[in-house]
Amino acid sequence: MSFSFVREQMVEPAPAPVNTAGPIAWARRNLFATPSDSLLTILAIVLLVWAIPPIYGFVMPNFLGGDAVPPGGTVEQCRVETAGACWAYISARMTFFIYGFYPAEEYWRPNLVFALGTLLIIPLAIPRVPFKRTNAILFFVVYPVVCFYLLNGGVLGMPSVPTEQWGGLLVTLIISLVGIICSIPIGILLALGRQSKLPIIKTLCIMFIELWRAVPLITVLFMASVMLPLFMPQGTTVDKLLRALVGVTLFSSAYLAEVVRGGLQALPRGQYEAASSLGLSYWKSMWFIILPQALKHVIPGIVNSFIALFKDTSLVSIVGIFDLLNTVQAASSDIDWSSPTQAITGYLFAGMVFWVFCFAMSRYSIWMERRLDTGHKG
Amino acid sequence: MSDISSNSAEERAINASQMKVSDTDVAIDVVGMHKWYGDFHVLRDIDLKVMRGERIVVAGPSGSGKSTLIRCMNRLEEHQQGQIIVNGTELTADLKRIDEVRREVGMVFQHFNLFPHLTILQNLTLAPIWVRGIPQAEAEATAMHYLERVKIPEQANKFPGQLSGGQQQRVAIARSLCMQPKIMLFDEPTSALDPEMVKEVLEVMISLAEEGMTMICVTHEMGFARQVANRVIFMDQGQIIEQNEPETFFSNPQHERTKLFLSQILH
Repeated sequence: MSFSFVREQMVEPAPAPVNTAGPIAWARRNLFATPSDSLLTILAIVLLVWAIPPIYGFVMPNFLGGDAVPPGGTVEQCRVETAGACWAYISARMTFFIYGFYPAEEYWRPNLVFALGTLLIIPLAIPRVPFKRTNAILFFVVYPVVCFYLLNGGVLGMPSVPTEQWGGLLVTLIISLVGIICSIPIGILLALGRQSKLPIIKTLCIMFIELWRAVPLITVLFMASVMLPLFMPQGTTVDKLLRALVGVTLFSSAYLAEVVRGGLQALPRGQYEAASSLGLSYWKSMWFIILPQALKHVIPGIVNSFIALFKDTSLVSIVGIFDLLNTVQAASSDIDWSSPTQAITGYLFAGMVFWVFCFAMSRYSIWMERRLDTGHKG
Repeated sequence: MSDISSNSAEERAINASQMKVSDTDVAIDVVGMHKWYGDFHVLRDIDLKVMRGERIVVAGPSGSGKSTLIRCMNRLEEHQQGQIIVNGTELTADLKRIDEVRREVGMVFQHFNLFPHLTILQNLTLAPIWVRGIPQAEAEATAMHYLERVKIPEQANKFPGQLSGGQQQRVAIARSLCMQPKIMLFDEPTSALDPEMVKEVLEVMISLAEEGMTMICVTHEMGFARQVANRVIFMDQGQIIEQNEPETFFSNPQHERTKLFLSQILH
């Protein structure tokens, strides 16, 4: 018996067998691999057949085979027993949902704010577009100031519009954007502080984070709107919207700090050591080496926080701020449009608006994650 | 153990004899140094004077404190007793002094520790630009010079993850060199490499030695120690057990622990 062997010809790579591809092979592998798989597949199909037609019928207008009343329809059509969603009501009250009680003759001001925001945020979000630094300064520094004066008025002959009259989607976007943008730096600083070797900074950061995380947002908002004025000197008032903004921002930054801390801890110690050994100072190694990697690792968690924040803005309605959900709720008692599906259509609409924004954030983050992936971890 | 071929070994030996060690210029002076991790006494009574131009190999069993020792030399670890003076600056808790020392002392790690989110070129230019304040164009020119020295200029725009282990370690050496350090510390630079890649890294280290770089290497490459080192230090239980010229160290070890160690690794 001999086991001596010397290869004389190398084996070239060959394509994989063909019977593993194609739709039938796919279905067999993924849908009907085992009897229980087949059963689950059939059950899922039955469920879809049962659920989809009624939903479709409720949401889609007549010309698409549904029962809904399309925009432009009348309230009488909505009052018909078999009518589906009353989209006519949504389109009739659309300005209220977008601007709240903002005076109609001043709508151009929020519109300009929307347009400027879109104009600045799109090039900022696309990595290929140049002038990022200018763009960022315009968006993060100049834009908020411009927005404030545009919306608040009282300058350049624009009549003053107090924040009590702001509302709808406008307010929802203001709260969530300010909350997101301000909570990033605060959250990062808190996370770094929590890892600090300096005991006082560390303790303060831990106390701050644990305090805000342990309190429900509703409580924070109530405290801000009911309790805070009691502690303030007589006569001084802080704007209600501003108080909500501060509350939402600090609340969200505490959550963000914990997400960022996860990213910091996931980095191998060698990265910190390599940065130190090159003589980089603490802030420089954080800025150039540690944070870019740590934040990249936790993009899903960060976006998760942002999505939660975006939806949580609807809680400001309980302190009397007319955000999108609150305007929808208020409009649902509008007698002019009272119909069996009035309220549910409103909530459906609000849900859809929230979904569109959150889904967009989610997709953007996935795309960003892929883009930033340089393939391998340190 | 990877040996550089015997032919070049002879050449190297000649070159090594030309490498000048200063008699008066002290690069690193460690005096009566102790270090504890909590209650554990990791480094005990270390006295070590490294002259400018020396190539020192630190050997010893794992856990003997050799890595900890060189990590103390750029304050990645702090010592609790005694003195460490690097290029005339004593290492204390003073951050300014620490930065001063780190600017002049390069370090190469076992696991390379390249920055994975930056390209090779960015890895090399980051510290020169942001620590030394060198203009970007100049820093890039220097970086390309050192990438050519470690024979991988064509990789400049790739990311570390796209390179082999040996290439990554050569980039790590180049990254340290870009800061134009006076001293280089190597912490087991070849231990994490595939056997086939050890040689390319050792060659870079040898050429550095030939240029008169002051080097302290923690390594198990005894072939490297023989050819390049002018002094071998053997450590055990946090102490320096024996030090000598490589020739004598390998042929005539004195301490029992050294004899045992050498008999284990030189089969």
